[in-house]
This record gives sequence, C-alpha cells and structure tokens, in this order.
Amino acid sequence: MTLVWLIAIPLVGGILSFALSRFSALAARVLALVAMTAQLSLAITLWPSSTSAADPWLQALQARWIPQLGISFSLTIDGLSLLLILLTGLLGIVSVGISWSQIDERVGLFHLNLLWVLAGVTGVFLAMDLFLFYFFWELMLIPMYFLIDLWGHERRHYAAIKFFLFTQLSGLLMLVAIVALFFTHLQQTGVATFEYQQLLSTPLAPLSGMLMMLGFLVAFAVKLPVVPLHTWLPDAHTQAPTAGSVVLAGLLLKTGGYGLIRFVVPLFPEAARAFSVPALVLAVIGILYGAHMAFAQTDMKRLIAYTSVSHLGFVLLGVFTWNALALQGAVIQMLSHGVSTGALFVLAGILQHHLGTRDMAAMGGLWRVVPRLGAAMMFFSMAALGLPGMGNFIGEFLTLLGTYHLSVSFAVVAAAGLILALVYSLWLLDRVLYGPSRDPLAIPDLRASELAIVAALALAILCLGLAPQAFLNISAQALDALLGPGGAP
Amino acid sequence: MNPLGNMAAPMIVTATTAVAVMLVIGACRSHRMTVYVTLIGLLSALLLVLVAWRLPDRPFAPLLILDHYALFYHGLFLLVALALTLLGYGYLQHHETQREEYYLLLLLATLGGMTLVASTHFASFFLGLEMLSISLYALIAFRAAPAPGVEAAIKYLVLAGLTSSFLLFGMALIYSQLGTMALADLAAPLSQPLTPVLLGGLLLIFVGIGFKLAVVPFHLWTPDVYEGAPAPVSAFIATVSKGAILALLLRYTAVLDLSADHSLGQVVAWGAILSMTVGNLLALKQPDLKRLLAYSSIAQMGYLLIAVLLTGRVGASVASFYLVTYFAATLAAFGVITALSNEREEPALLVEYQGLAWRRPWLAGLLTMALLSLAGLPLTAGFLGKFVLVTAGVGAHLWALVGVLIVNSTVSLYYYLRAASILYARTDEGAEASTVPGHSTPALAAAATAVALVALALIILWLGVYPSPLLAIIGEVATSFR
Repeated sequence: MTLVWLIAIPLVGGILSFALSRFSALAARVLALVAMTAQLSLAITLWPSSTSAADPWLQALQARWIPQLGISFSLTIDGLSLLLILLTGLLGIVSVGISWSQIDERVGLFHLNLLWVLAGVTGVFLAMDLFLFYFFWELMLIPMYFLIDLWGHERRHYAAIKFFLFTQLSGLLMLVAIVALFFTHLQQTGVATFEYQQLLSTPLAPLSGMLMMLGFLVAFAVKLPVVPLHTWLPDAHTQAPTAGSVVLAGLLLKTGGYGLIRFVVPLFPEAARAFSVPALVLAVIGILYGAHMAFAQTDMKRLIAYTSVSHLGFVLLGVFTWNALALQGAVIQMLSHGVSTGALFVLAGILQHHLGTRDMAAMGGLWRVVPRLGAAMMFFSMAALGLPGMGNFIGEFLTLLGTYHLSVSFAVVAAAGLILALVYSLWLLDRVLYGPSRDPLAIPDLRASELAIVAALALAILCLGLAPQAFLNISAQALDALLGPGGAP
Repeated sequence: MNPLGNMAAPMIVTATTAVAVMLVIGACRSHRMTVYVTLIGLLSALLLVLVAWRLPDRPFAPLLILDHYALFYHGLFLLVALALTLLGYGYLQHHETQREEYYLLLLLATLGGMTLVASTHFASFFLGLEMLSISLYALIAFRAAPAPGVEAAIKYLVLAGLTSSFLLFGMALIYSQLGTMALADLAAPLSQPLTPVLLGGLLLIFVGIGFKLAVVPFHLWTPDVYEGAPAPVSAFIATVSKGAILALLLRYTAVLDLSADHSLGQVVAWGAILSMTVGNLLALKQPDLKRLLAYSSIAQMGYLLIAVLLTGRVGASVASFYLVTYFAATLAAFGVITALSNEREEPALLVEYQGLAWRRPWLAGLLTMALLSLAGLPLTAGFLGKFVLVTAGVGAHLWALVGVLIVNSTVSLYYYLRAASILYARTDEGAEASTVPGHSTPALAAAATAVALVALALIILWLGVYPSPLLAIIGEVATSFR
C-alpha cells in the first residue's frame, strides 16, 4: 500500500490544497508543503537496509483493474525508481517552497496543478503495467501545460502548447508501439497482458522490433531531450514559472531517461543494440550542440535550459553504451542534474522575480549586491560544470568511463563537452556576478527560507559527489537485473 | 406480461409517455407537470430496460429486432433524454410560451433513435429516421427570439429532406434488384460481389447516413445548426441523433464486406480520414464554443468511422464504448453551456468564458473535464475511449487510419486546451469583459441542472478510472450482436 500512498498523497494533497485556498492561501501552501514532505518521508522509509537480496524489487503491488483488456494496476519499486522518487519528493518541496513568495494569484489552482504533476511523475516511476505507465505519462502533462500556460511569462501560450504537442504526439507513437507489442505478445503466447514483466521476453521480428523500439524511443527522446527533438525545451523552461522550470528540468526530463533505461533497452534488446551507434552519435551531438547553444544565449533561463540538453546527452550516451559503469553514471547524472539544474532555475527565478528580467545584459556585478545568492550560483555552476566533489562529476565520469570501454572515440568527443561546460558556466558567472553593475541595483539577498532551499539542494549535490557509493549500491541491484546475464559489453 | 412485450416495453413506454405529455399539455399548460410526467415516463422506461436485459434476444415483428445491442442503446438514449429533460427545465424557465412542447418533441426524437437502433428493415430505418428528423426540425427552431434558430432549422430541413430522398432512392434501387428490404434477406446477396446498381444504391444510403453523422463532405450544416439551435437541442443532435445512426450503420455494415480493398471500405475509410482532418483543422481557429464543439463532433465521427471499418463484434463493442465516452463528454460540455444560458441569450464566444473558473468554479471544472475527455486525456472517459479505439485499430492492422488518428488527435489538443485554459485566465487579460449572463434560476430548476451535471461529471471520471463494468456490459452486447 505504501506505493499507492506515494501517488495518492500528492493527488489528494492537491485537491485539498485547492479546496483550502478558498479560505486561505497560506493554508493551501502549508498543506502542499506538508503533502510533499510526507511523500518524501514515506519514500525514505523504503530505503533498503540491506542490499544483498537477490530480488531487485523492494515492494510490489498488483490489483485487477481492467481485466477485459489485460490491464492490471501494477506498481513496483526498485532501487532505480526509489532514487528518482526521492528526487521527486525533494524537488517537490523545493517547488512549493519557491512558489511561496513568487505565486500570489490563483494559489490553490497552482498547487493543485503542481502536486498533480508530481503525482504523475511518481506514477511514471512506479508503474509496471504499460497501460498504467502511459496513463501516468499523459497525466503529468496536463497540469504541466496549465502551469506554463497560466502562470508563465510573456510567451507562455506559445511555449505551453508547443510543449504539449511535442510530448503528446510522441506519446501517442509510444502508445501505438505499446499496443503493437501487446498484440505481438498475444499472438505468440495467447496471453493478453500489458504487464511489463511478461512482455519482457516477447520475441520480435527484427523489423517490427525496431519500429516498436523507435515508437518508445521517440517519446523518451522528446522528453530527455535528444537533439533534433529538443526545440520545445528552451521555450518551455524559459516561459514556465520558477517551480514549473524546476519540475520540468528536474523531473520531467528524468522520466525520459528512466523510460530509456526501464523500457527501451530491456524490452527491445536486439533493436536497441542495432540502433546503438546512431543513438550514441545523437548523444554526442546533443552534448556538443547544447553546450554550443548555451553560449549564444542572453536569456539566463534559456542558457540553463540549453545546458540541460548538453548534460542529458550523457544519459543517452550511458544508456546506449549499456554496461554497468555507464548506466550507473547515467543514473547519478540524472539525479545530480535534477538537483543542480533545479537549483540554478531556483536562483534564476529569484533574480527574475526581483529584477523583472532574465536578460543577462541587464545584470552584472550582482556578487556585491547579493553575496549569498552569488555564492549559491557559483556553487551550482561549479556543480554543473562537473567539479570533482559534486554529483555531476561522478555521473559524467562514470558515463565516460563506461563509454570508453565500448568506444574510445565516442568517449573522447563527449569529453569535449566537459570543457565547453567549463567555459559557459564561467561565462555565466562572469556576466551575472562580476563586472560593473548596469544600474544601481537594490534587490534583497536570499531570505532565510530561500537559503534553506538552496542549502538543502547543495547538501544533496555534495552527498551525491562525496558519498556516491550509497546511491550506487541502491541502483546497482536494479541495474544488474535490467542488464541481465548477457548485459556485459 | 409475455416476454415479447417485455423486450419492447421501453419503446412502448416512451411512446406512451409522449402521448401522455401531449394530453397533459392539452389539458393544462404546466411546465412543472410536463416535466414530472416526462421524468416518470423516462425513468420507468429505463427500469424496463433493466428488466428486459435478462431476457433472451428475439426478433420483434418483421421490422425490429430487440437484442441486447438495441437495448443497450435504448438505455443510453433514455439516459440522454433524462439529462436533457433536467437541463431543459432550467433552460426554459424564462421561455414565455409553449415550452412544454420541448419535452414532447424530445420524447418523439428519442423514440425515433430507439427505433433506428432496433431496425432490421428499410421501412423501420426510414420510419425511425423521419421521426427523429421531423422532431428535430421543430426543436432546432425552438428559440423563437433570435433569428439564427429559424435559419438553422430551415437549413437542416432542406438538407435533411434532400438526403432523405437520396436515402429512399438508394433503398428503392436495392429493392429493385433484390426484391426485399429486410436486412436478414439482404445479407447473403450483399456479401457477394456487388453489381453497379446495388453499389449505387448502397452509396446513396451512405450519403444519407453520412449527412446525419455530419461526415465530411456532408458536414456543412453542422456548425450553423449547432450554433442556432438551443444548447440542449445541439446536445441531442450531437449525441442521440448521431449515435442512433452510427449504431444502425454498424448493424447494416455487419453484413457487408468492408475490408480496406473493397470499394465500400474505401469510401468509409476516406470518410473517416476527411472527417478527422477537416473537422480538426476547421476547429483550430474557431472563436465560438458551440461551433468549436460542432467541428469537434465532425472529427469525433471520423474517429468512430474507424470502428465501423472493424466490422462485426469488435467494431460494435469498440464503437459502443467510444460512443458512451463521447456522449458523456459532449453532454457535459453542452450541459455547461445550457446551465450558463437561458433561451434568450447563450454565451457563444470563447472570450465570454474567460475567467469562468473564478465566477462559476464548478461549471468551469466540468467544462474542463468535458474538453479534456473529448481530447482523450487521462482520468477522463475519453482517454479510455481513444485507447480502445487505437488498440482495435492496431489489432486490425489499420495502420494508415491509426496514423491519421494520432496526428489528428494531437492537432485537436490545440483547440481543446486553448478552450480549457481560457476558463482559468485572469479576467483582466483580454480586452472584453465577461458577458456570461448571471440570471437567477429558481431553486428547483437549479437543482435539476445540478443533478444532471454532477451525474455527468461522475460518469466521465468513473469511466476514466474504472471502465471495467461498462466493458463487461459491452462484452455482453457484443456477443448478442447479429
């Protein structure tokens, strides 16, 4: 039942928060915060005490749902899901916290949408029935659309609909692939089921396997994002309200990476192997292109958005390398990127809230004005560029190490992305924190609550960087099970 | 009571109620009394559907067959009529004269729909169709005050009359060749390769059906009629009128070979593709909510034609399930418009709905749910409807149609989401302030509206989260099909 609670708490919390907002906006905020704290605490209790069991599943739940269509209500959690749900809880609290002072109209509806996105994301990480997975996959999009469309910035309508159409079209392609897989399985075994475990070993003809794999891949590639499909991302991240950007960058992109690891390769091993070279090429292009585009931005949130494209290229690289090292790296990279980019969006959001602009040309010399914010920005930029001691370094290092085993050239080219990351991060700091200030800026520094949020994120990134083994142990078992006996390169 | 009578009881009770309403109107014009009589009649007919559900299928007279398939639709149509009676009560509060006839016409039109789904003979087909259409002519023109009502009614009258003659001529052509009008006798010759005359006859019948379903290229009347008709009547046209024809089409196509390489299959497939595409594209820039729903219904009929191509039991069950989800969402959307309107003024433009959520939060919530359901998004009935449709399409290897469906369903999100998001916009955002009328409704009428809308909301959610019971019922329906 714990697994149902993980999803139900934000769902119900959202509705209650909406209902309470009629009486008091403060009550709505407090309730949302309590709900997300409860979800995080509940997820922490699932942290396994020992990691030696042979069974990777920490908990499972299966119930009849729509037996006529072979659909069951099936939720399970393993180390991979657990880590991502912990990230969801953490960033959920951050999002509610950062909206405290930034969202002051339609508060109840905002928290309803925010908590429902988080519930949808949690569901995606837990669902083990492909229909249920698709259900949550679509469920998290609608409130996200409303978050951008109703509370976003100047071009929000455009950004929101672009985000939705990209993800929806690719999602429907995945649906067709799911259904095609269902029918292939039905034909071969006579069992009508959408259950992940049962579909795992469906033998597929090369061509149909490849087509189905591409159906899944395109949905996850849009989310991750992989380069030719990324164009929704800078718009959506830039136009979303701060909490929306945090959830988008921190969590929604991770659902793409999670989908690749959980579904694409295990369900279609042959097709994925056949497609690995094009995928690795796309990954490397993404790393370099994202970094390159980050230089060209004058809009601070847009710059951070493009760094996401670059950093998550490493996840694609890790997944299609498909060995233990690279996968471990991809998982750590997803977690660290979620935390560090989430934090950068928090800082950018605070700046925008006070300055009324995201244009870096209008900033400069902020270190003298807001030293605490400056220090925080320095810290997370260092994390993003992969400074040792921070989580991102571990993620990128492990991924590159794993890739090196597979192909030296891919590893070398991808490593160039690290150098570019160094340059754009320092450039960001230079333009925002140093130099002469344009105008006499009188903006308040981080308040205690904001400082607490930033400190929590900083602590998380240091944990990932200094004690990665704890996290690696948790994910190792799940990844070993996914890699299977023939998983070694 | 003998079992034969029992199967037909819902139809008989509906017909009797119509007569009773007529007599009540003749005796004394009382709005409330008429509504009570209508409600009692509809509820007892519904009860009889439940009773008849346990009886075995049987042909009833040479013209009708009362199987579970027909009974299922009888129940569905009666529920729609029930909802529209409740909604109509509030809507007609401010109508000055002759509001009681609305219920009479509604009952007759419902009876027409019920006849259609039970029809196994061209005679009952035509009878049901005309009963439906003639009631609708009057219903569309029910709003006496604004001109568009009359214009819409005349447009519908002329076009429906024309297509009825097409339909009759098609039936005559088939009769001239085969000498029979009973579906049971038509099955064998029609499943053979068709002669040109037979093909022509069938195509003419398809034209008639296409007009009623508002399938492209016979869709031109739809937006005008939806706009001009009173909101509950538009709801009826979008649901019962189209649903009955579609159910009948499924019964008739079950005897034909509609595979994709067959010419008739091609006709249906192109109808589906054109309806989906044209309907969605025309809805994109539509500033008027009722016209938007009209174009959306054109596209939805396109989706449903895919189910027609599946033929047989699969087609019947998929179409039935999708129709229920479509009915619920469409009724809810028009229900919200009805609740915001009276017979004199209906909020039409989307701008008038801006910020509705801050004035009428429950209605805005339901309209959002209805729009999301039509768009096929999760937690609503439409999500399961679309899922079932895609699943069946992939299962039958209708790849091209599924592809068009997917692209169209993405396109349609643009306008559904735009309409939904307007409801929550800040009121100061647009140039025009809201003009949704804030008329006062008596408590009883408000309660009737609330009951109907809450029930619709629950049905949409229930089907979106736990569709199993409905699927089980439809499973029973499908086994009795044919």
